[in-house]
Amino acid sequence: MKIYADNAATTRMSRTAIDAMLPYLDEIYGNPSSLYSDGQRAKEVIEAARKDIAQVINADPREIIFTSGGSEADNQAILSAAAIGQKTGKRHIISSSIEHHAVLHTLNKLEKLGFEITLLPVHENGIVRTDELKAAIREDTSLVTIMFANNEIGTIQPIKEIGEICRAHKVLFHTDAVQAVGHIPVDVAEYNIDLLSASAHKFHGAKGVGFLYAKKGIRLSSLIEGGAQERGRRAGTENVAGISAMAAALKEAVANMETSAARLTAIRSRLIEGLSEIPHSALNGDIENRLPSNVSFCFEGIEGEALLLLLDDKGIAASSGSACTSGSLDPSHVLLAIGRVHDVAHGSLRLTPGEDTTDEEVEYIIQAVKDVVQYLRSFSPVWRDLSSGKIKHIL
Amino acid sequence: MALYSEKVMDHFRNPRNVGVIEDADGVGEVGNAKCGDIMKMYLKIDDGTITDVKFETFGCGSAIASSSMATELIKGKPVTEAMTLTNKAVAEALDGLPDYKMHCSVLAEEAIQNALEDYYTKNPDQRPQKNEE
Repeated sequence: MKIYADNAATTRMSRTAIDAMLPYLDEIYGNPSSLYSDGQRAKEVIEAARKDIAQVINADPREIIFTSGGSEADNQAILSAAAIGQKTGKRHIISSSIEHHAVLHTLNKLEKLGFEITLLPVHENGIVRTDELKAAIREDTSLVTIMFANNEIGTIQPIKEIGEICRAHKVLFHTDAVQAVGHIPVDVAEYNIDLLSASAHKFHGAKGVGFLYAKKGIRLSSLIEGGAQERGRRAGTENVAGISAMAAALKEAVANMETSAARLTAIRSRLIEGLSEIPHSALNGDIENRLPSNVSFCFEGIEGEALLLLLDDKGIAASSGSACTSGSLDPSHVLLAIGRVHDVAHGSLRLTPGEDTTDEEVEYIIQAVKDVVQYLRSFSPVWRDLSSGKIKHIL
Repeated sequence: MALYSEKVMDHFRNPRNVGVIEDADGVGEVGNAKCGDIMKMYLKIDDGTITDVKFETFGCGSAIASSSMATELIKGKPVTEAMTLTNKAVAEALDGLPDYKMHCSVLAEEAIQNALEDYYTKNPDQRPQKNEE
């Protein structure tokens, strides 16, 4: 059996997206900046995609610029907002402790340049508290950047309330919506979002393409200098095929959102129910306010990389927040932020099935995880000490 | 290139000498759960020879494989030879480890040293005498 349960990492391109991509690789390969007809046709495709994408998130087409993906969009949004704030002497930015590194590392960079950064805690449920956000806003706060939904534990933040607070305090609001767009409803007008980042390969589009929404009137700084593409805000010849595929994938994802979400929520419930039968395990993040496809667990007494390798042997592709899978010594900052101690955070597993995952596959995953956890515990000195009472169980 | 060599994957998938020796002559434990790796080695020593060795490991694929390979390298060998086992030898026997996983082989070396030290502490008469100058 071969089961892909890592859709938060990337998704398979949909047939619709591939079909929307192919003509712009060979037949209509003109440069959108060229005057002749094939160039202009490529330009039309980009503008049609811009319109489609804008419509999906309830924005104006002129508010969408295409980027190489979510990370670039995050960088550009934050650096632009920082530059805008700086003009009026505002050098304070608020974010959360569970952001993606594209956000956190950009904030680190700004901190070195003299900006002040406040990272809001998320508490045990993995969700920021709006009263703490309100309390953190200062006279010199220029930007609040809080992700729509978390990539590791799937928790959905109170975006609408955050948007209202930001609007009331006249602070720009950016949200990294890479995990949300195409999966749950995103409406920039309703949620008072000023800047939003998205990535095509998370909703069955191609890798290497994404978009940044910037509300009218927000001046974006360029990260890439060069030509006048994207009205001077992002130089470089457009990824025409990727942009065309992204719009097609997004339209399809949104059209199927309700049925997909219902199916995924059912899969999620069964996985949570099945994995909860493993003794001394715990679900990470809020059980209600989470992405339909996200199941994140910690198991005591085992290490995540060994778990992933053995699941791979059984044909299951999954992910973990253990240190060994990140190449660093510390486990995931997200798991630490929700209060998982190092020992426990090392034993994490993230499953993000797709809407096409079958019931049979779900049962297979549950059994496989149970078997592998039990096997790894059978020769884990930590598990021995936990079982004998030498050290206390945390989960 | 795959993350791990075939040898590492073999020792990870089918670890040798897994378990506990209840009446071990020497037991060594190194690492800590905070860092994500703990290795425990159990030695049975008879007449200066390691007659049996078992391990338990909490850790990633290369930690499990390093423990397994280390036990294979010292099983049936004189204690004096086991004393000289280096992490490099463990890593080489596994056809190499990624740079950031070399610490796993270090843990394996240390676990054995630790178990031997435990044995000598319990059997001081067995401790090799240092050559006098």
